[in-house]
Amino acid sequence: MSNDHRPGSDGGTSPFTRRKLLAGAGLAGVGAVLAACGSSSSKTAATTAGPTTAGPATTAAPAASTAAATTAAPATTAAPATTAAKAGPKGDVTFGSNFSNDKPKAALQAMVDGFPNKDVKVKVNTTDHNTFQDNIVQYLQQPDDVISWFAGYRMRYFASKGLVGDISDVWKGLDGLGDSFKKASTGDDGKQYFVPLYYYPWGLHYKKSVFAEKGYKVPTTWDEFMALLDKMKTDKITPLVAANDGKWPQMGMFDQLNMRTNGYDFHVSLMAGKEKWTDDRVMNVFKNWEKLIPFQQTGVNGRKWEEGATALGAKEAGLYLIGTFLTSQYKVQADIDDIDFFAFPSIDAKYGQDAVEAPIDGFMMAAKPKNPEAAKAFLSYIGTAPAEEAYLKIDPSSVAASSKASTANYSALQKKSAEFVGKAKQISQFMDRDTDPEFASKVMGDAIAKFLEDPKTIGEVLKGVEEKKLTIFK
Amino acid sequence: MATTVSPAASRKGGRRRSSKFSRANRRTLVWMTGVPSVLHITFVWIPALATIVLSFTKWDGIQGFSKIRFIGFRNYWEIFTVFEDTLSAALFNNVLLLGFLFFGPTLLGMFLAYLLDKNIRGTAIYQSIFYFPVVLSLAVVGVIWKSVIYSPRQGLVNTVLGRTKEGNQIDWLGDSHKIFSFHIPFLDNALGPAKNFVAILLAIAWRHTGYIMVLYLAGLKSVDPTLREAAAMDGCNEWQTFRRVVFHVMKPINIIIIVITIIEALRTFDIVAALRSPLGMELTSLLVTQNLLGEGGGNVGRGSAYGVILLLLCLGFIVWYVRNNFREEKRV
Repeated sequence: MSNDHRPGSDGGTSPFTRRKLLAGAGLAGVGAVLAACGSSSSKTAATTAGPTTAGPATTAAPAASTAAATTAAPATTAAPATTAAKAGPKGDVTFGSNFSNDKPKAALQAMVDGFPNKDVKVKVNTTDHNTFQDNIVQYLQQPDDVISWFAGYRMRYFASKGLVGDISDVWKGLDGLGDSFKKASTGDDGKQYFVPLYYYPWGLHYKKSVFAEKGYKVPTTWDEFMALLDKMKTDKITPLVAANDGKWPQMGMFDQLNMRTNGYDFHVSLMAGKEKWTDDRVMNVFKNWEKLIPFQQTGVNGRKWEEGATALGAKEAGLYLIGTFLTSQYKVQADIDDIDFFAFPSIDAKYGQDAVEAPIDGFMMAAKPKNPEAAKAFLSYIGTAPAEEAYLKIDPSSVAASSKASTANYSALQKKSAEFVGKAKQISQFMDRDTDPEFASKVMGDAIAKFLEDPKTIGEVLKGVEEKKLTIFK
Repeated sequence: MATTVSPAASRKGGRRRSSKFSRANRRTLVWMTGVPSVLHITFVWIPALATIVLSFTKWDGIQGFSKIRFIGFRNYWEIFTVFEDTLSAALFNNVLLLGFLFFGPTLLGMFLAYLLDKNIRGTAIYQSIFYFPVVLSLAVVGVIWKSVIYSPRQGLVNTVLGRTKEGNQIDWLGDSHKIFSFHIPFLDNALGPAKNFVAILLAIAWRHTGYIMVLYLAGLKSVDPTLREAAAMDGCNEWQTFRRVVFHVMKPINIIIIVITIIEALRTFDIVAALRSPLGMELTSLLVTQNLLGEGGGNVGRGSAYGVILLLLCLGFIVWYVRNNFREEKRV
């Protein structure tokens, strides 16, 4: 139940919804079977969207739909109006969206409205962001045709279960999406299951005005970093914001420290369950982390990331390791413009500042969409510059995935983000996207929270992690 | 849970007296006992038994029934050897909660009910105020306690205490340091009440008090006033009247309250889940849902195994309750 680290997601107002609570309460006593019943029934209101209009298109090419779409999809993006009129997809596409906050929701609608194929009607069903995530397993049993989700392991897990559809043919028609995006969209079987919309880097955020006033310099090495933290402390500023409510935000700190201490390859292999968590190299990560703890805000585990944003905004704290969606918390444009970020300083010169963390968000297709042709046409559109531009125009806290998207309207921070990720030698996503979802949410979330509560127990905690890992990765 | 009594009890009674019933009456009786029995078996026993069966399997809950694999006692083995830190913390918290509910909100609720029964002015208003938390949506309760009352920066408590500044804030719901801790044999991790769990106990009490109060008030209203008059005439003071007379008349209600408190302590789920289950607030019911639902869920076997453990715990109390109830009926 971690990770709502998306632009505009506000974990604060409604951490829980009635629907999930009821489901949970029913399950608590004599439960699993109810879930089983839910999964075997195949009809819900959501799936009965538009059978009459979708009918002809689906029946026309039931088995050969992939072949049909291969030719149809690129055509739609190239010259939508003309081809669509002749043989293009028709009918309704249902679109399950978790873009539930005002800004992202409006941005998504703008993107949908920009879909040039007017024969296809896209019906957006928005679900509260956290609810969507908490119910994703149940939801994917009867999903909408197109589904919003995250790249990486979190997508691959569902692809390997056969819950989402192969859209490799859509990818053949996409250009402007680099190899790293393709890799992040590819399942274990080498096929693509995901179309990226945008990404946002994680970095150490700070207020430019504070740095100017106090004469701080951006550190690039660990020693410079520690010196800066020291100086902030003597200036009576809490050097590091530390929030961990929901047990996901500090996963980002682990990722940075591990990639700087042990390098990207070790990080990937550790996340894949191939390394021992009791290894000295993992221990070194926590030793480095322990050095940061005296500089952190106290009460880490109870602080929401939004509250951390307030502390940085109020100049009570100096630095904040978080995604660029941080700026969505500030209402005044001058406050947003005052925010800048830098890469996590290097720890081992061998690895420098090569690796950058930049989660990608985007969309998947249902395993059996009612209208595969139209769904694929819509997904092809999402992978193009106009769609991404339409989205970012309203919610500019992230960066377009397509290299063809115009950067003319980018803010300074967006430009920096694009450049920052563009220069990176390796890109990681985020712990909960780079490893098994169960391992991230049930094992690592608790382990990191325990470490932050009492750093001395780390040896015992890591022993537990390794034991639990073996029950998940087999 | 109380329904377990009715079909069995009425069936027994029905058979004995069936000769006196006309055919129409007998048909009515069959319907009246048959329908609840079928519903009971379908919605209680079959799921319960299936949960027990599933607890011996590995299944992601996503793919079809054909993917269910029997793995024997592996889930239980994992729970008791690998995830024992989570389980022991959860059981400890459940026991702590039980003790707290008994000596805190349950007694307080009874006390409030007794006061309100005195027909003081504005009883209805007080009643509504104390009962209010019970009717609130769970999501709202979560928001109230997390964001309004306990938030370190903007929360009511820290504002009143003047502890909202960076550095001196009290992290009510995040601080999982244990107030005291102890070790028990065969367990690596220490047990003890976490600070944030104690903080959430107050929120749980907030709801439980009103619940008990209304139940007890309803019972007090049904106590024959002449009993009190008689007691007063015999020279009993207020406390003696309650302890020697009213409390005994209220015995059926007392049993219900005891059982409700026990069950409530074992199945408490919502309010902690509404806080997105921070460290230090492990509860058995949460372990069930965490394994079944959500992204890291899809672990039907282990979730069911936790469910079975919880079921066994509850069952002990239910059996005790049912037996107690029967004994009561026999005596009457």
